[in-house]
Amino acid sequence: MSEENNKTESKRKSRETVQPRGQGQGGRFATLEKPKDFSGSVKRLAGYLKPYKFKMILVIIMAIGATVFTVLSPSIIGRITTSLYNSVKTGAPIDFNFIKNTIFVLIGIYLIAAIFSYFQQFLMAGVSQRLGYDLRKQANEKIHRLPLKYFDSKTVGEILSRVTNDIDTIISTMQQSITQLITSALTFIGIFVMMLIISPMLTLITLVTIPLSILITKNIAKRSQVYFSKQANALGELNGHVEESYTGHVTVKAYGRENQFIEEFNEINERLYSHAWKAQFVSGIIMPLMSLVNNIGYVFVAVVGGIFVLRGNITIGAVQAFMQYTRQFTQPIVQTAEIINILQSTVASAERVFELLDEQEEDDESHKVVKLENPKGEVEFKNVTFGYSKDKPLIKDMNIHVSPGQTVAIVGPTGAGKTTIVNLLMRFYEIDDGAILIDGVNTKEMKREEVRRLFSMVLQDTWLFNGTIKENIAYGKENATDEEIIRAAKLAQADHFIRTLPKGYDTVLNEEISNISQGQKQLLTIARAILANPTILILDEATSSVDTRTEILIQKGMDVLMKGRTSFVIAHRLSTIRNADIILVMNNGQIIEQGTHEELMKLNGFYADLYNSQFAA
Amino acid sequence: MIKLLKNLKPYWKNVVGVLTFTMIGVLCELFLPRLMGNIVDKGVVKGNLNYILTTGLKMIIFAIIGTCSMIVSAYLSSKAATGFGRDLRRMIFTKAEGYSLNEMEKIGTSSLITRTTNDINQMQQVAIMSMRMMVRAPLMLIGGFVMAFSTNSTLSRILLISGPLLIMVIAIIGRIGFPLFKIIQEKIDRINKTMREELSGIRVIRAFNKVDYEKKRFEKANRDLTETFLKVTRLMTLVMPIIMMILNFTNVAVIWFGSNLIDTGNMQVGELMAFIQYVMQIMFSLIMVSVIFIMFPRASASAARVNEVLELESEIVDGTDNLPENKDGDILELRNVTFNYFDSETPAVKDISFKVKKGETTAIIGGTGSGKSTILNLIMRFFNPTSGEILLNGKNIKDITQDELRKHFSLVPQKTVLFTGTIRDNIKMGKEDATDEEIIEALKIAQAYDFVMKNKEGLDYEISQGGKNLSGGQKQRLSIARAIVRRPDFYLFDDSFSALDFKTDKILREELKKVTKNSGVLIVAQRISTIMDAETIVVLDDGEIVGMGNHKELLKTCEVYREIAQSQLGEEALKDE
Repeated sequence: MSEENNKTESKRKSRETVQPRGQGQGGRFATLEKPKDFSGSVKRLAGYLKPYKFKMILVIIMAIGATVFTVLSPSIIGRITTSLYNSVKTGAPIDFNFIKNTIFVLIGIYLIAAIFSYFQQFLMAGVSQRLGYDLRKQANEKIHRLPLKYFDSKTVGEILSRVTNDIDTIISTMQQSITQLITSALTFIGIFVMMLIISPMLTLITLVTIPLSILITKNIAKRSQVYFSKQANALGELNGHVEESYTGHVTVKAYGRENQFIEEFNEINERLYSHAWKAQFVSGIIMPLMSLVNNIGYVFVAVVGGIFVLRGNITIGAVQAFMQYTRQFTQPIVQTAEIINILQSTVASAERVFELLDEQEEDDESHKVVKLENPKGEVEFKNVTFGYSKDKPLIKDMNIHVSPGQTVAIVGPTGAGKTTIVNLLMRFYEIDDGAILIDGVNTKEMKREEVRRLFSMVLQDTWLFNGTIKENIAYGKENATDEEIIRAAKLAQADHFIRTLPKGYDTVLNEEISNISQGQKQLLTIARAILANPTILILDEATSSVDTRTEILIQKGMDVLMKGRTSFVIAHRLSTIRNADIILVMNNGQIIEQGTHEELMKLNGFYADLYNSQFAA
Repeated sequence: MIKLLKNLKPYWKNVVGVLTFTMIGVLCELFLPRLMGNIVDKGVVKGNLNYILTTGLKMIIFAIIGTCSMIVSAYLSSKAATGFGRDLRRMIFTKAEGYSLNEMEKIGTSSLITRTTNDINQMQQVAIMSMRMMVRAPLMLIGGFVMAFSTNSTLSRILLISGPLLIMVIAIIGRIGFPLFKIIQEKIDRINKTMREELSGIRVIRAFNKVDYEKKRFEKANRDLTETFLKVTRLMTLVMPIIMMILNFTNVAVIWFGSNLIDTGNMQVGELMAFIQYVMQIMFSLIMVSVIFIMFPRASASAARVNEVLELESEIVDGTDNLPENKDGDILELRNVTFNYFDSETPAVKDISFKVKKGETTAIIGGTGSGKSTILNLIMRFFNPTSGEILLNGKNIKDITQDELRKHFSLVPQKTVLFTGTIRDNIKMGKEDATDEEIIEALKIAQAYDFVMKNKEGLDYEISQGGKNLSGGQKQRLSIARAIVRRPDFYLFDDSFSALDFKTDKILREELKKVTKNSGVLIVAQRISTIMDAETIVVLDDGEIVGMGNHKELLKTCEVYREIAQSQLGEEALKDE
């Protein structure tokens, strides 16, 4: 494994540890998530299997076949033993003919069992992978139908883990546990039946060991679960402490607190150790104890069976077969207990996926037909009222009129909610009351796609994807020619830096888009917006984490972009603000003042204050 | 892996114990089939009831002894393995706390976190498994073979064929399977990445009406993953049936040849029955051993990563000299300081010289990547300069201890970091024995008092991990208060006012001036408005000083400064000057 791989893997892992999910760390006895509605969710999940009904039935038949043949084989071996024993006891020649024939039967049985179990797995792989495909596809399509509100209220990691981890859990359970469950149950029944046929008396002896093994498994599992959950908690605490210490390394060192952090770490580490070894120990004694129970059963069968053979109640081969059965008898019980745990967390996963699939979608707009053929870029807010939650309106009865080509500057301190205006213009969020009109047409009468076609936005939070620079610029316009792309890049002042890259326009942006700088990313988004040639622009002038030279390039690019277009600018530059036709002043999510620079200065309110503190020496 | 195993040394008694008790357990386990065989051959065939009963009793005693030793062994191995994990964790954490930023960056924070947590857990898990299985399986294997051989050496030859066959099959499967699983992992990564891109870019995707395009992209990744997965799982499902076939056919062969041996009087029925059980034990042990070999490479990747941390020494070494007093107040001076990051050929800062004096404010301005924060990190000795020197009261900071050096400074880093704990705990980081009065005063200056007292817990308000229950501005103000409570000789502010609204920013800086009267202040900023009134402004571009002086002087003399001013304040503002 290369170091590079390790790094991405570790990143993924550390992201996963941030997720407050119980799975993973503690293994099979870790704290379990309990599904909310087990039977309901199972039914729903089963619904997904309907298209594969025929295959599922086949799987079950195959499983039955494989199990029956596997269960039969010890008793057939027993027959050979009996025949051998009898020959030895009576001094008669060994009946090789019988043995040969029985061995052929045995070989046939083994072959059939192997083929059955292979095809059962083969079919199940198909079903579970298709199911995974369906679920992922549905989840992805769903995501594109959800309102922005959903994404703003959840982290990317949260949603991602539903589409990836949870679906993966479902697939692997389908693939492995379901067939295992069927086989275990069938094996248990099969062995039980065989044992009864051979000797009810011996079966009774074996049965005594079953409650014993269930008791042991249950008791120890319960106890070890306690330790494992304590261990998981301590581990979580430790991970938190490590994460905090490492990410705050500079601060810790600056204030000379390394020892304090090491002491805290040691304290948690000791606690983790004391839970961990107990958890390991308790779970580690299950196997020896189970094998003790097993062995005692084995001995009893050997002794009692021996006595029975002596008395002629039973054949020696039957005892041998019986002993093999007792060895296999407890295994399905343990397995079933494990699978039930797995099933529970799988259903919990399924519920999370269903929750995503059940989220309320954006309204259907397929009936809307209004289009703007030659948009001019006149924007009007008419008595607009909006709040992220209905009971807390942020914007009340707002009115502005923007003529084609005018610039609107949105100003205010960080976190004042300047993106709200963007959300409303682009219809990422729907307004509660009033109307937003473009060229006199209510944007609600158009499809969302039609509204968005009129806009381009360049935000501080640049978004590019893992592809070539060319593809990224062309994202704004389908079928753009190379000439168009280069022209846009030139206008955006991006052409120069692109040409200095080894592969120029064909340079592939890597996964983390870390092979170009933040400022260069911003230039590319400007080029993308220029190529899209929108009627109305949304710009964020903030250029933090960009070096001064690139910042100047970015501003030049933005100036080109704004020329002749209606623009909404989240403004940071004094010149933009002063020259704006309308300034919207925002604070705490609300628009508190609006007007031109002169008007607002005269008002001597928040804007004047802000202006003076920021720009006046 | 081997190197790390020496850390098991403190647990050598446990390891020896594990070996011994496992051996006893295995021997007991192995004797059961033989005793069972004896029951048949000496008891049942000869009709000796007494023999059957006493042998049965013997078997039970063996079973109990076996179980007890396995339990003891489990106890010892649990303690040893988790203790081993604990020790490694402690070592790696202690090591990391001693790292300078250079080592931190070499390994990477997130990678270091993974190494301290996941990688060590992985190794602990392997240690447990090793002691449970790796000890048991070979013992079982050897023991089983010895028992089988001593039961009947002729029949044992079958094992010479089927044993290697089984190992070969498992090796081939491993050879084919591993690359395939790697491919699957890549495809899973691919689909996760596509999804992550779609989620983080949801606004842009919708703004450009690219939903269909993205759906197609996802569809492609999804189909690709499903198909590969299907191919691989269908191949891998061959494994179990094949292994079972080998086991079963071995059985059949044993029975057939065993019958012949019985026929010629070279074997007894009970022996054959015991033999079959030994064969099973041997084959299962073989499977276990192979599994361990498959598991090993993964653990050794973890081990290599852990080792790398343990072997990486911090480049920062404490000096031994004392810091001389300076009657006129402390002076910090940088002399021709140049610094290269470990992986870079071009210096991050080059030939930097300036002074920070008591009672004065010095500012550094320049865009990101111009090396501003690097300078602060060099002053705090998070890095050693590549050349040049940094002097505190005329003493090279390399010659004093890091503790001594850092006592004189309060750093407010760019990225605000608060820790889980109360607000009081966090402020006290600045000064361990700070009284509540001192803390409150610092909070007041930092404009944090009001919002802190708004919560009824006040200073006892619990900050959650990463300070998630505070806003960016609040966090920044607390981190400033933490710096103030220290009352240091020098304040280092690294773009520390960016999350404050302009009004708070202004008041805070006015209040701050009163406290910093007797200290040196070094402030790093991107916004000219923040530093216009500093006594000295150092203009950085691409790691080099391109201008030094106050605002007015620089406007006249420094091209870069004028450019920055122009783009931030606008032409008009400059004309007003």
